[in-house]
Amino acid sequence: MADEINYAELKKGGFMKQKQKGFGSLRLKVIGGNLTAENIKVISEVAEKYGRGYVHMTSRQGVEIPFINVEQLAEVKEALAKGGVQTGVCGPRVRTVTACQGSEICPSGCIDTYTLAKELDERYFGRELPHKFKFGVTGCQNNCLKAEENDVGIKGGLSLEYKDDLCFSCGVCIKACRTGALSLVDGKVILDSSKCNNCGRCVKSCPANAWIGTPGYIVSFGGTFGNFIYQGEELVPIIEDKETLFRVTDAAIEYFEENAKPGERFRKTIERLGADGLKEKVRKAYEGGEE
Amino acid sequence: MAENEILFDEEIDITDVVCPVTFVKAKVALEELDDGQVIAVRMNDGEPVQNVPRSIKEEGHQILKLADNEDGTYTLYVRKVEEA
Ligand code: HEM
Ligand code: SF4
Ligand code: SF4
Ligand code: SF4
Repeated sequence: MADEINYAELKKGGFMKQKQKGFGSLRLKVIGGNLTAENIKVISEVAEKYGRGYVHMTSRQGVEIPFINVEQLAEVKEALAKGGVQTGVCGPRVRTVTACQGSEICPSGCIDTYTLAKELDERYFGRELPHKFKFGVTGCQNNCLKAEENDVGIKGGLSLEYKDDLCFSCGVCIKACRTGALSLVDGKVILDSSKCNNCGRCVKSCPANAWIGTPGYIVSFGGTFGNFIYQGEELVPIIEDKETLFRVTDAAIEYFEENAKPGERFRKTIERLGADGLKEKVRKAYEGGEE
Repeated sequence: MAENEILFDEEIDITDVVCPVTFVKAKVALEELDDGQVIAVRMNDGEPVQNVPRSIKEEGHQILKLADNEDGTYTLYVRKVEEA
């Protein structure tokens, strides 16, 4: 029976063949790095009963249970499902959507990363593509979740509005800004937009709430981190609504689907064809029009 | 300039420590104050001046002024706000 095993099919269901014959490491589905206490309990039970009593944390917030006997896979999946745990995916498709804790938890956060990760997961998880495709969501410029190493990275930022009647010229924001975008001239703060990276530190530090920050999404495209490393690039300005965001992410995935050779990573497609085609497509999506 | 006009009750120098102890030291000093009293906190340029004012704001105290001492240090004037 063991020689009939279709590992490609198993891989789709998150089962990674091990060196040890007949065993695999079972990848579990995690969204935005969160697991409930109930999830953890059942994972722990399964790791003890069917694995070797431990789990492996992957570099992208995944959890794998090593040493699962391929013969017991169906039983294992059933046991996990009882605790609300599904298996993950490997291979040429949309992978785990990663996220930092974002604005719901972190004082620096500009966007609700977990909600967005769940929405992205619902929209894209497991979708078959020419190669693997990764989304990562990070709440602010501190970039704990390393947005630009993903095929599509999303980073929270704030667009600024200055209320000069509220400003009492204390000088705090000038120093809180790390890019030198702010200066105090005649008691008023002057913003040099070309230097501003939307980090929101001025908004968070101002004692008078004289900076109004509107949350937005800073999107990067074509990042990869592995054998080959490339930092994804921003092709459109900061996006303030989810409708536009999803239009833009849809456009990026479509471009990849339509233009990539089988087995070619997003970055490689962009390099082979030049960035202009992708840029035009996401620009159009950003501006609102269907093509 | 206006910074000369700010009256304060206490002062503390946190230029002798690095983050995150800077904030901890300022916070402890603030705890010793009475509601409404003002403290002058002297801190270094760089990480302290980028982060300490915001941390103190998040604690709920009232920031009055950040003055550049023009010697690589800044003085932050803070009025203590007792928690409700
Ligand atoms: C309760 C307060 C604080 C907590 C719990 C905290 C926690 C942390 C943690 C977990 C890291 C990441 C460390 C790592 O993984 O390398 C970090 C980094 C850092 N913290 Fe804090 N921190 C606090 C307050 C502060 C304050 C007040 C400052 C400065 C005024 C500060 C300055 C820094 C700096 C500069 C880094 C970056 C270090 C680096 O990237 O090399 N922290 N902090
Ligand atoms: S990226 Fe920003 S919001 Fe996310 S955990 Fe780091 S500091 Fe917090
Ligand atoms: S958002 Fe960040 S970079 Fe822009 S002005 Fe404010 S502190 Fe500076
Ligand atoms: S921190 Fe706020 S009050 Fe102080 S100078 Fe900046 S905008 Fe004005």
